[in-house]
Amino acid sequence: MTRTKLTRTRLGATLGLLGGLAVAAPLAADENADLVINGDLKITVRAEAPAHLDGALSEITSGWIYRSDETQQLEMDDFDNPGMIFVDQAMDVWGTPDGTEGKSCASCHDDPAQSMAGVRAVYPKWNEEAGEVRTLAMQINACRESRMGAEKWDIVKSDMVNMEALIAVQSRGIPVNVAIDGPARETWEKGKEIYYTRYGQLELACANCHEDNYGNYIRADHLSQGQINAFPAYRLKNAKLNAVQDRFKGCVRDTRAETFKPGSPEFNALELYVASRGNGLSVEGPSVRN
Amino acid sequence: MTRKLMPMAFVLAAGAATSLAAAEVAPTDVVYDDYGAIEAPLTDAPTSLEDGAKVMTTRSMGNCVACHAVTALESAPFHGEVGPSLDGVADRWSVAELRGIVANAKKTYDGTIMPAFYKTSGYIRPGDAFTGKAAAEPLPPLLTAQQIEDVVAFLTTLKE
Ligand code: HEC
Ligand code: HEC
Ligand code: HEC
Repeated sequence: MTRTKLTRTRLGATLGLLGGLAVAAPLAADENADLVINGDLKITVRAEAPAHLDGALSEITSGWIYRSDETQQLEMDDFDNPGMIFVDQAMDVWGTPDGTEGKSCASCHDDPAQSMAGVRAVYPKWNEEAGEVRTLAMQINACRESRMGAEKWDIVKSDMVNMEALIAVQSRGIPVNVAIDGPARETWEKGKEIYYTRYGQLELACANCHEDNYGNYIRADHLSQGQINAFPAYRLKNAKLNAVQDRFKGCVRDTRAETFKPGSPEFNALELYVASRGNGLSVEGPSVRN
Repeated sequence: MTRKLMPMAFVLAAGAATSLAAAEVAPTDVVYDDYGAIEAPLTDAPTSLEDGAKVMTTRSMGNCVACHAVTALESAPFHGEVGPSLDGVADRWSVAELRGIVANAKKTYDGTIMPAFYKTSGYIRPGDAFTGKAAAEPLPPLLTAQQIEDVVAFLTTLKE
């Protein structure tokens, strides 16, 4: 497939002509910017692609670099990052007993800063006992159901997404490093197949937009590589933290396809595969996106 | 805008004419040549450049500018850069070729990202528009025969 890259100058000129409409114009992005949070936490937003992407991508990049300067800045300071409020809320939940066992997360995991450091970076992960690849959400629900005697959380609703943000933040700056070999391989292969399948009436695969066209504008949207190192993501569009699989659902829906359900085996496999495409980028959640 | 759209009177006349039953080629009856071109128009009703421009810039219709820049459609905001600029496209392709590209670009460019606008089946997990819900094939094509011809008519005006 030919990849046509028009210059940013041309786009700039087109926008210039819009004059009065400029308020709604997509704002400039600095794709070369570096991300440092709170002045000292260095986030790897560009890295050499993992070996399994050989022939597909040479460099992997965080979605942060494609956002406008204003959106980029919101993520550079935790006081400006609207997603951090939800981390605080999850911290309250962390210490609150729930379920028939009268236990809270803290009862067993104590201080998340210690117990959860590095955890986000390796999920989804094979769980030997359960004999399945578990997303972070599945693991949290496993603790709730079998160790706390509590109800499962809906994986795209705020209780779960906020808790994932609390866990992600303990790994910020640590490189994503999900395992794709051994018993996880089969799930990974399934996710890869989904990534390259052209779904829906528009017949578009994730790869058509996020591998072949990242860096290009599609109407007003500046396409990223669709990485998930930065989830959960606070979106200015809906003013809340968004789950990875909710994003997947939106992207599949936009191809005029029947989506998969969040929590389905298909989306869990896709989550492992997409996570592995980001091996080497820093864990960045909770991030800020438009 | 540099190019004048068709005079209003003509557009109105065209509108009136389409309401009479026009002969149309159904999506499944379209004949593509070996290179993906379609010789015969998909409808014998008159075309409207103005409607063609609307289809190309409207999200719920062709939304061609999502992927293509078109100087003549500059008044519609945000032209994408996934596909080539369509400026001068009539110098590069014949009417039959343009019709083929708009109806089903995959017959001209194998594996292209450009959607097939006049096709009703053969999809993987087809959905009911943008609802995310399942839909049974045959689906209504993304554009009608009339809309395709309006777009093709508009494209033929894009000369350098
Ligand atoms: C009764 C004790 C208990 C409670 C309460 C509990 N967990 Fe766990 N959790 C465990 C044990 C034991 C493991 C490791 C074994 C396993 O894989 O299940 C674990 C594993 C985890 C892991 C994976 C860690 C890793 O290194 O892979 C996460 C994440 C986690 N728990 C989150 C939570 C959250 C969030 C809560 C509260 C909603 C919670 N847990 C409540 C006992 C508990
Ligand atoms: C029609 C093009 C298109 C397709 C196909 C598509 N997406 Fe997206 N996706 C977008 C756009 C536009 C955005 C918002 C801008 C951006 O980050 O690329 C986005 C955003 C994302 C993000 C958020 C990235 C971030 O850093 O915030 C993820 C993750 C994602 N897509 C995953 C997927 C997956 C997985 C698939 C396949 C199931 C897919 N997308 C298919 C257009 C697409
Ligand atoms: C999802 C993106 C996308 C959309 C939407 C799209 N196209 Fe395309 N189009 C392309 C790409 C990419 C090419 C170049 C062929 C290739 O390399 O795949 C192309 C090629 C073309 C060409 C040939 C261009 C040339 O200069 O030779 C024409 C004409 C065209 N498209 C018209 C349209 C029209 C009309 C519409 C709306 C009804 C449309 N396209 C919608 C992506 C798109």
